[in-house]
Amino acid sequence: MARQIAFREALREAMSEEMRRDERVFLMGEEVAEYNGAYKVSQGMLAEFGPKRVIDTPISELGFTAVGVGAAQNGLRPIVEFMTWNFAVLALDQILNTASKMLAMSGGQVSCPIVFRGGNGSAGQLGAQHSTAFEALYANIPGIKVVSPSNGYDAKGLLKQAIRYEEDPVMFMESEVMYGDKIEVPEEEYYIELGKADVKKQGRDVTIVSFNKMMKVAMGAAAELEKEGISAEVVDLRTIRPLDWMTILESVKKTNRLVIVEEQWPFASVSSEITYRIQKEGFDYLDAPIRRITAADAPLHYAPNLVAAALPDVPRTVKLVKEVMYLKK
Amino acid sequence: MAGFPYFCTSNFLPVATKFSKETYLYWYELMQLIRQFELMAEEKYKMEGKIRGFFHAYIGQEAIAAGCMTATKPEDLYITAYRDHGLAIAKGVSVNSCMAELFGKATGNAKGKGGSMHFFGKDVNFYGGHGIVGAQIGTGAGLAFAEKYRGSENVVLCFFGDGAARQGILHETFNLAMLWKLPVVFICENNNYAMGTSIERTSNVIDIYKLADAYEMPGDAADGMHPETVHEAVARAVKRARQGDGPTLLELKTYRYKGHSISDPQKYRSKEEVDEYKDKDPIAQVLNMIREHRYATEEEIAAINKRVDDIVNESVKFAEESPWPDDSEVLKDVYVDKNYPFIVD
Ligand SMILES: Cc1ncc(C[n+]2csc(CCOP(=O)(O)OP(=O)(O)O)c2C)c(N)n1
Ligand SMILES: [Mg+2]
Repeated sequence: MARQIAFREALREAMSEEMRRDERVFLMGEEVAEYNGAYKVSQGMLAEFGPKRVIDTPISELGFTAVGVGAAQNGLRPIVEFMTWNFAVLALDQILNTASKMLAMSGGQVSCPIVFRGGNGSAGQLGAQHSTAFEALYANIPGIKVVSPSNGYDAKGLLKQAIRYEEDPVMFMESEVMYGDKIEVPEEEYYIELGKADVKKQGRDVTIVSFNKMMKVAMGAAAELEKEGISAEVVDLRTIRPLDWMTILESVKKTNRLVIVEEQWPFASVSSEITYRIQKEGFDYLDAPIRRITAADAPLHYAPNLVAAALPDVPRTVKLVKEVMYLKK
Repeated sequence: MAGFPYFCTSNFLPVATKFSKETYLYWYELMQLIRQFELMAEEKYKMEGKIRGFFHAYIGQEAIAAGCMTATKPEDLYITAYRDHGLAIAKGVSVNSCMAELFGKATGNAKGKGGSMHFFGKDVNFYGGHGIVGAQIGTGAGLAFAEKYRGSENVVLCFFGDGAARQGILHETFNLAMLWKLPVVFICENNNYAMGTSIERTSNVIDIYKLADAYEMPGDAADGMHPETVHEAVARAVKRARQGDGPTLLELKTYRYKGHSISDPQKYRSKEEVDEYKDKDPIAQVLNMIREHRYATEEEIAAINKRVDDIVNESVKFAEESPWPDDSEVLKDVYVDKNYPFIVD
């Protein structure tokens, strides 16, 4: 039987189901237990699993991340929640210098099965320090995987997969503004393999690639274009690292045109990587230069009009698609 | 001072503290201004949606801003976290520019780019509102480093919360500041909560001032609900810093009446607890002093209140009538270099 649940419930179900299955899994982070989660993702989990397995931390990102990494190296399977990924920057040393490198440095002896998760990217007018989208930054790091789902269904399956089957550190990037989004999920448990993109909408004329909440922009643009007789295929990456460029390439072979919509800063972004890969592997299939819309090359300012001007939107995506199709207006 | 332990872990030089009528009237007016500004802003947020994003009220903590101001000079630098409206206004960032900043207007003190959490006023030595918990502890020491380097007598007041005291940067910074005898006063505004987490759930060390002991830094706790006690503690620490004797950690015990931010349902504390502190309201206490000592007539008090209301009302009008920042501002103030080649696709 299918049922409707919110994105935050999907995450909660994923964690709770895996915690019921495996004693080694625990959740740790700021306000995850008694407050039931800053964004209510972990609501009720303290009541079910108790304080040994649902653990409130002080505001000490570097410290508790390190504890998580050490615990993972010593046989546990931690889930570490960052209130948002902006605050994980304090813990980057542990992620980049320890978690991602220890398997290599120890010659394969010490692995680190840990999941870091939390809200990522802009969430309205929160100003520069609370608005960074980190996928591209983390995707640059060998030794870790980066997941960035666009909906609760995918989020649940991917998170369960990460907790249960992934033996490497997984960065799981959500979005505060999607936590309330409802979606249908099956009653029974399911898993979604990491590293597989999803073709969300079939189309002939152009491929639009996106991920996380920018998928809404991509789908919105595709719907607008449909009204004008332009058929866009929309690919949701779901996982950033490893990047499923084969699915993009297959789509481009059909459409011969590619537009990428993302919330990263432009320099060395996810779209930069996709563009390189597709021009290399699919040069002969392209009828136009690959184009992209990213966040502006600047910290996100507070004023509402500056937020709107800095982030990708449907009208600009529609316009860009028409440009790669060499259509006038 | 009732109910608060006044504890000193090292020898302080006594500072004469006899507060004048002018001081009390200044404190009253400043605290009223901060409070009325925030009450108005909260209304504009909740009722009209004119303000967005995170909004952290200082309401309840105003005595700290008041006491710090009378214990420092305008040249002294302040730096704080995102709960920054009170200290910005105290330092002299214009109320108009503060309301405009909340509205996201071009006339805001950060041109509408910062919002509630990031007020700035470099001209009045207010070095901002910082959003990453604990970050400004280190940055504040850096401001002090520059003052010492230049040989000035200025002191930095570096504010942070009880929650921020659990960040690693505090320890590194304390060590550096003591090692280099930086002219900085670390002020922990201990309002007992970090979001929904009460202080005893964050550490075995509940007396934050004791964290200074590990670095042999003077540490001191004082009642933060009275400008008098705040002033005295800060004046002693500032005097030490100005003399070149280095940093001090002050723990000021205070309370926030409102939620952590506007969206906080506050299930972690009782209404009784909040009311208990409201009974010790710093503004009411200072007003009592003014009345008891006949520092002002009822007419004069009413005139102050009116002046405050006028300033706050004017700030709303100013903010409403101000223009939005131009869209081209997206790529401005990112680099000082005016010719920086941004990536524009
Ligand atoms: C590094 C970091 N982690 C988490 C947060 C989210 N956060 C914002 S304020 C806050 C609580 C801080 O409490 P405290 O230091 O006591 O200051 P108060 O809000 O009481 O003034 C938290 C957890 C953040 N902004 N930065
Ligand atoms: Mg606090």
